[in-house]
Amino acid sequence: MRGATRALRMPRCGAVSSAARQAVEGLRQPSRRNIELGLLVGAWLIGAFGTIQVAWATTEGMNQRLWITVGAVAILSLAMHVTLRRRATYADPILLPVSTLLTILGLVMIYRIDVASALRAERNDAPIPTPDVYAQLTWFSVAVVLFVAVLILVPDHRRLQRFTYTFGLVGLILLVLPLAPVIGTTVNGATLWIRVGGFSLQPAELSKILLTVFFAGYLMEKRDSLSLVRSKFLGLGFPRLKDLGPIAIAWAVSLGVLVFQRDLGTSLLFFGLFVFMLYIATQRRSWLVLGGILFAVGAGLSYLMFGHVRARVTIWIDPWAYADDSGYQIVQSLYGLANGGIFGAGLGQGFPNFVPFANTDFIVAALGEELGLTGIFALLLLYALVVERGFRIAISVRDSFGQLLAVGLSITLALQVFVIVGGVTKLIPLTGLTTPFLSYGGSSLIANWVIIALLLRISDRARRPEVKEAAPDEALTQVVRRV
Amino acid sequence: MTRPILRTALVFALLFIALLVNVTIIQFARVGDYRDRPGNQRVLLEEYDRERGPILVGSDAVARSVETGDTLRYLRTYSDGPLYAPVTGFYSIVYGATGLERQENRILNGKSDLFFIERTEQLFAGRQPLGGAVETTIDDRAQRAAFAGLQGKIGAVVAIEPSTGRVLASVQTPSFDPGMLSSHDPAEIRAYYATLKADPEKPLLNRPIVSLNPPGSTFKLVTAAAALASGRFTADSVLPGPATYRLPQTKTELRNWNRGPCAPGGKLTLREALAISCNTAFAWLGNELGADALRQQAELMGFGTGFEIPLRAATSRFPEEPDAPQTSLSAIGQFDVRATALQMAMVGAGIANGGAVMRPYLVQEIRAPDLTVLKTTEPEVFAQAMTAADAASLTDMMINAVENGTGSNVRINGVSVAGKTGTAQTGNDRPSVAWFVAFAPANAPKVAVAVMIEEAGVAEVSGNSLAAPIAKDVIEAILR
Repeated sequence: MRGATRALRMPRCGAVSSAARQAVEGLRQPSRRNIELGLLVGAWLIGAFGTIQVAWATTEGMNQRLWITVGAVAILSLAMHVTLRRRATYADPILLPVSTLLTILGLVMIYRIDVASALRAERNDAPIPTPDVYAQLTWFSVAVVLFVAVLILVPDHRRLQRFTYTFGLVGLILLVLPLAPVIGTTVNGATLWIRVGGFSLQPAELSKILLTVFFAGYLMEKRDSLSLVRSKFLGLGFPRLKDLGPIAIAWAVSLGVLVFQRDLGTSLLFFGLFVFMLYIATQRRSWLVLGGILFAVGAGLSYLMFGHVRARVTIWIDPWAYADDSGYQIVQSLYGLANGGIFGAGLGQGFPNFVPFANTDFIVAALGEELGLTGIFALLLLYALVVERGFRIAISVRDSFGQLLAVGLSITLALQVFVIVGGVTKLIPLTGLTTPFLSYGGSSLIANWVIIALLLRISDRARRPEVKEAAPDEALTQVVRRV
Repeated sequence: MTRPILRTALVFALLFIALLVNVTIIQFARVGDYRDRPGNQRVLLEEYDRERGPILVGSDAVARSVETGDTLRYLRTYSDGPLYAPVTGFYSIVYGATGLERQENRILNGKSDLFFIERTEQLFAGRQPLGGAVETTIDDRAQRAAFAGLQGKIGAVVAIEPSTGRVLASVQTPSFDPGMLSSHDPAEIRAYYATLKADPEKPLLNRPIVSLNPPGSTFKLVTAAAALASGRFTADSVLPGPATYRLPQTKTELRNWNRGPCAPGGKLTLREALAISCNTAFAWLGNELGADALRQQAELMGFGTGFEIPLRAATSRFPEEPDAPQTSLSAIGQFDVRATALQMAMVGAGIANGGAVMRPYLVQEIRAPDLTVLKTTEPEVFAQAMTAADAASLTDMMINAVENGTGSNVRINGVSVAGKTGTAQTGNDRPSVAWFVAFAPANAPKVAVAVMIEEAGVAEVSGNSLAAPIAKDVIEAILR
């Protein structure tokens, strides 16, 4: 039945069928690494142009340090490209340039906000704050090291399945680590950080990857029993009572994060991720319905019981009533976006630092002000492209674990983008989450690059010709290569 | 698993579309809405990038922009800030703009359509648009005299040129320094603003045109005008002026300030009643004329109209449907009668101008950045509130009030001054409001002035003792 569906959908799932066919025919896939390099050069040019624009609009122009930064970004992304050439030849050619472009846009905006903060400090005769852009560049280099490490240490994503439960346990520990004494830190009311040797880390960022691996491995094992239908209701088959355990636990853990760490965003992310993965693994829409009900119940309960949740909703409904205090951020964000209009104020010509946390949670508002509706559209389409590539990889890879992992990682990215951009633009209540690749902050940047590394690894697996392993004689295969 | 993956992808596609639609609404459909919100500092900040035009008193700029070298390129500065605050208002990054800074914003920032030609030139020359200048009607000497006189008191002064309606002075105490609210230091601005907001004397209130108080005995000018207009009374009509007047349909006794009859025998002429501000006579008179006649007269003089000079003045009012006792009280400016200093200056100016009440205005000329005049405000009659004969008669009565009555402190050697005192109760056991309305020279008036002092003493004489000397100083400043 499933085979029949696939056959019918052949034109749509071109990647799957052609990959499979070509592998069988023993044809060598084009690696498409040169396309990647070309796109990467495009990303660099955009980055260099943006930096120059900010520099000229706000200060005297480019200086040596900025040129070095632009060069460093190029070298770092080139390192990733080279790694892919050597270690994941058939990996998706879009993910690296697009993620690099997003990171570069983040760096440009962080630099732009640095300039604004420095000017403000100068006006108030305050000490000029340390620019964040160089710290972010450092974090990017750490992210690149981890990106390379993942691709070298994980030659095949299926190896990760062995560590399913280890990852699950470590993921959970990391999640609750900020609550631990001594190292746990509360910032702006949310207990998300741990402080180790002068560095602040958000372990939840790493935890989301580990837990995605865990969900994928765990659901692979259990999906047969979880997809058993006990009773039918409203045309949907509902699971057996005893199979409700996992979703109940996920729900409880998410609520725990909300209650003890006061972190709405992470809580939402984990529960949403789990429910979607559960649905995909079991193909039972009833899990989505159940998940939706549990979400509604959880949201309702926390609205009634917790002041910080209620406050978020109240501000969301009418931020103007709190424009001077608790609604200040969102109101400033909307003013900024409105100031940007369709084409934006231009890089370096808006007032992005009017929004508190302009370079972390609210970086999209800052970009929206200076690059306008056009810029936001481009940005969201870049994200959509990353997520779309992720889903495509999930469909094209042959093993179920890889499928679940790829889809889980893509959902993680997509949910983050929706929750934070939706919050900043007042589509949904604001919950603190970083904007993938753009926001200032090491943990988030590193974690999202690891996600990209894993997706690239899976995509390499999906497109790598099986025959290459079976028949090491490449010369033979090249003879029949179609040009 | 392809099918659920595709479905999930569809869900996220929809979520992304929701984001795109939402951001389009914000950045395209509702841009104007967000930009016009009063708390939106970005719009102000954009304006800080261009040279804002000056606000002029005579040929002196009392508000002007100076270049700073900051990110905020221009700083708004005010010479004699507190003196002109009720006119200029402030121009703040944090709190937006008030006063002429707000009302004439499009002139000052150069965005008005009046500057179409200049703007087009600037566009092609690649220059930032310059702001136009706003020249006020304020007379610097009158403004200073009023401000000096009000020091140490809570009050307001408005002076008007009777023949045109030009506002010659608009002064308040306590005032504030607009320069401190227009600085580039948000912390300083917030701290200063908080102090002003917390001050029980409300320095941020535009007292001359916004503060509404019972006008007390100065309203007797309106009652007297109504009496003359009725044709039943002249200046020489004899009215009852006993020691007490029982308000109709009640057992409440209204007394005179001196607790005695207004004249031996309890009878006196309208002229005498106005001169000594006889409460019982005017209370009786009010009831004879009726509430409708009083209201009609008041409204002809500006009550019930919200003037925009272009600053928006509060609407002075005469009660809607007073009963007989309330009408009596209203006739002497009590009960629910409320007036701004601007309104009482208009009453004086109307009488001075042969009964023609002119629309008050504060902006004389709008000038382009190169100082060519683009627009001049033309005087405009608001209403013919009295006949010229009645106005002349009332003027006589007011001269008499100064020379032989309660308004002795406004007398000026060699100039005939017309005036009327007032002291209004604002509530039981609360300090009263002292008033003085005057104009001079009585035969060819150049200025009409209303002085209002809050929290004055409790005697009828306070109008004369506190307010009249200030009116005198303002008149002298104009006539000198």
